[in-house]
Amino acid sequence: MAVMTYREALNLALREEMKRDDRVFVIGEEVGLYEGAYKVTQGLLKEFGPRRIVDTPIAESGFTGVGIGAAMTGLRPVVEMMTFNFALLALDQIVNSAAKMNYMSGGQFNVPIVIRGPGGPAHQLAAQHSQSMEVYFYHVPGLKVVRPSTPMDAKGLLKSAIRDDNPVIFIESETLYNIKGEVPEDPDFVIPLGQAAVRREGADVTVVAYMGMMYRAMEAAEELEKDGISVEIVDPRTLMPMDTETILASVRKTHRVVVVEAGAGFAGMGSEIAAEIQEAAFDDLDAPVERVTGVPAPMPYARNLEKAKTPSKERIVEAIRRVCYQDGNGSH
Amino acid sequence: MAVTKVVMPKLSEQMEMGKIIKWLKQEGDRIQSGDILAEVETDKADVEMEAFGSGVLRKILVPAGSQAPVGTLIGVIAEPSEDISQLGGPDMAPQTPQAAQPAKPSEPTQPAKPSAPATAGAGATEMANRPAAVPPMPRREDHAARTPSPAAGPEAPPASTRTAPGTPARPSAPAAPMPAAASLEGGRVKASPLARKIAAQSGVDLKLLQGSGPGGRVVRRDVEAASAGGGGGARPAVMPAVAPGVEFEDRPLTPMRAAIAKRMPLSKAPVPHFYVTSEIAMDRAWSLREELNALEGQPKISVNDFVIRACAVALLHHSGVNASFQGESIRVFHRAHVGIAVALDDGLITPVLRDAHAKGLAQIAVEARDLAERARHRKLRAPEMSGATFSISNLGMLDVTEFSAIINPPEGAILAVGSVRTVPVVTEDGLGVGRRMMLTLSCDHRVMDGAMGARFLQDVKRLLEEPLRLLV
Repeated sequence: MAVMTYREALNLALREEMKRDDRVFVIGEEVGLYEGAYKVTQGLLKEFGPRRIVDTPIAESGFTGVGIGAAMTGLRPVVEMMTFNFALLALDQIVNSAAKMNYMSGGQFNVPIVIRGPGGPAHQLAAQHSQSMEVYFYHVPGLKVVRPSTPMDAKGLLKSAIRDDNPVIFIESETLYNIKGEVPEDPDFVIPLGQAAVRREGADVTVVAYMGMMYRAMEAAEELEKDGISVEIVDPRTLMPMDTETILASVRKTHRVVVVEAGAGFAGMGSEIAAEIQEAAFDDLDAPVERVTGVPAPMPYARNLEKAKTPSKERIVEAIRRVCYQDGNGSH
Repeated sequence: MAVTKVVMPKLSEQMEMGKIIKWLKQEGDRIQSGDILAEVETDKADVEMEAFGSGVLRKILVPAGSQAPVGTLIGVIAEPSEDISQLGGPDMAPQTPQAAQPAKPSEPTQPAKPSAPATAGAGATEMANRPAAVPPMPRREDHAARTPSPAAGPEAPPASTRTAPGTPARPSAPAAPMPAAASLEGGRVKASPLARKIAAQSGVDLKLLQGSGPGGRVVRRDVEAASAGGGGGARPAVMPAVAPGVEFEDRPLTPMRAAIAKRMPLSKAPVPHFYVTSEIAMDRAWSLREELNALEGQPKISVNDFVIRACAVALLHHSGVNASFQGESIRVFHRAHVGIAVALDDGLITPVLRDAHAKGLAQIAVEARDLAERARHRKLRAPEMSGATFSISNLGMLDVTEFSAIINPPEGAILAVGSVRTVPVVTEDGLGVGRRMMLTLSCDHRVMDGAMGARFLQDVKRLLEEPLRLLV
């Protein structure tokens, strides 16, 4: 194990997979000479050369299409979106080509592509650059969607994504690139897609959260521990396919659930998880599933308003107290 | 041979009108009791109508294709020599006023009128839905009170709903103690799914709990507290106070007999019965009972108390048997109110042991004996005679090997209990002596099927053959 940043873990995953398989290449804006807008591809041009680290014009639809075509002919492209908000320009390529090619060609072509880059709220990146883009993709059959919360997950899941024969949407976070954590240096270390992680064991309530919200839930859990509320935190890690079993096992233990997500709540990840829980574990619920979500409004630039839009530790604490009937609003 | 009036049967609690699809017998045909007379169409199903008297079908009053209200005289069976001229047309006068509203308990049931079984007007049919000696109980209302109709609307959303950030969701109501009924909305207890599950498993009656959740919602901790503190939470349902004079002992006996005579065919003909029988090895229950009864200061426990307890426990796991046919739906009860048939000199009455699933053997023994005593002395109160979800009829004390009972509508099943007999049994070592008891379950086929009845009976058998299960 080595301690490294999330950014370094991603870089290591790319380097290991490029060494392991010469069909793997990276394509995107400023991935080569500039070494990546967030330095995830640092050193790769020097190590692997311009044939495998390909700088492109500012043309997301174009270079995503190039990637999809390369994947169809047998290569394994990693397409970098400078931020995932720019994937909107490539949405037709991703949704109509990458996701559907295997189906529409009757299985003749698969598209082993990874489209990766940072998404979700960051620090004052404003309305167009702070969106939780995963919701656009996990609804599309044919795409896998990953949101890795830790450096170890960043490495293990990116390697699995590259080795996967399906298109994988891999959304990182500007706010997490500098966090540090233990990462196995073993080049064979991978984390399979579709496996949730229990980040914190607890007995009274299950909080489902990923990325920045997972860390915020951790802070809430620590605060509540002082009051005797024991919080379990489940990080889905892969949103599609979702590891429902791990979530349900936790619900059957704690009987109460709070889902936290940075994006707007309507038809969000929390809605889906709440639906799955009530379908499969209705009799185990002692309280309604609560969602703590972003406000359904464009992300403001102003720091105070940005904070107000995004779920805070306080709102998570309140929701947990409510489902535990310890908010003083029962009839006790 | 008396005159048998053929009336439009009430085939479901909701049924008000029935349509004759066709008569299978014509005027002048000779009828044996049990013959199929006609096919009747209700809102949901077509049902064969059975004759419950013998003679000649003298008169058809409602032709095929026509509708008639429940209870209407639609035909007459009598011997050719009988005078049937006094029977009027389809809309017989006595049907309406007394029948529509429960007679006052203190009044005898029209003893002066010529409405003895043979000649009672169509109105007697309505009365016959219940034993005449029993104050007519608003059975339907009783059930309706327990479960709201779908029209009553969905539950109000929980008080604490999500709100905008920065505005902590707090119900405006202060955190004042709620009355026990706070969680009852339109008769439905507000409880979390988990609380319901635990309550069902531990026999706690949710209706008796005061919920500590938002809006009085009963949550897990409430059930667990009741279960731990309240002696298994098995607090009996509180009987509503009964106004003096509602007892029924002043009633003449003849109408009771008449009512049973009317009511039973009205069960047997429209309710398609089937029967499931099982032999129970009672050796262990017998010795356990002897041990229990040897304990000083404990109530004496009868074999029937074991059967009641076993049925009550099994009913919770076989809610399909604890159910009532409602015409367009099946009402499944989550509590086991067990009717216990008590033989009287001149008839039979079925007091109800409420929430039997939540009561231990000793409590069942005390309550069952009390109910039977008071039934014999006509001291039962009105609410103790209605609302059973399942019944038990035991002829064991009369040396009966086995028999089948007739379902008491709207219940879905009844268990007939025979004697515990000492019989030769084949054991591993050869021939031995064992105690055996026959149980026969009569089931309403509209509610359940053979396998459901059999599985229930299998559970009852297991509970009686491994009787320690009844103590835990």
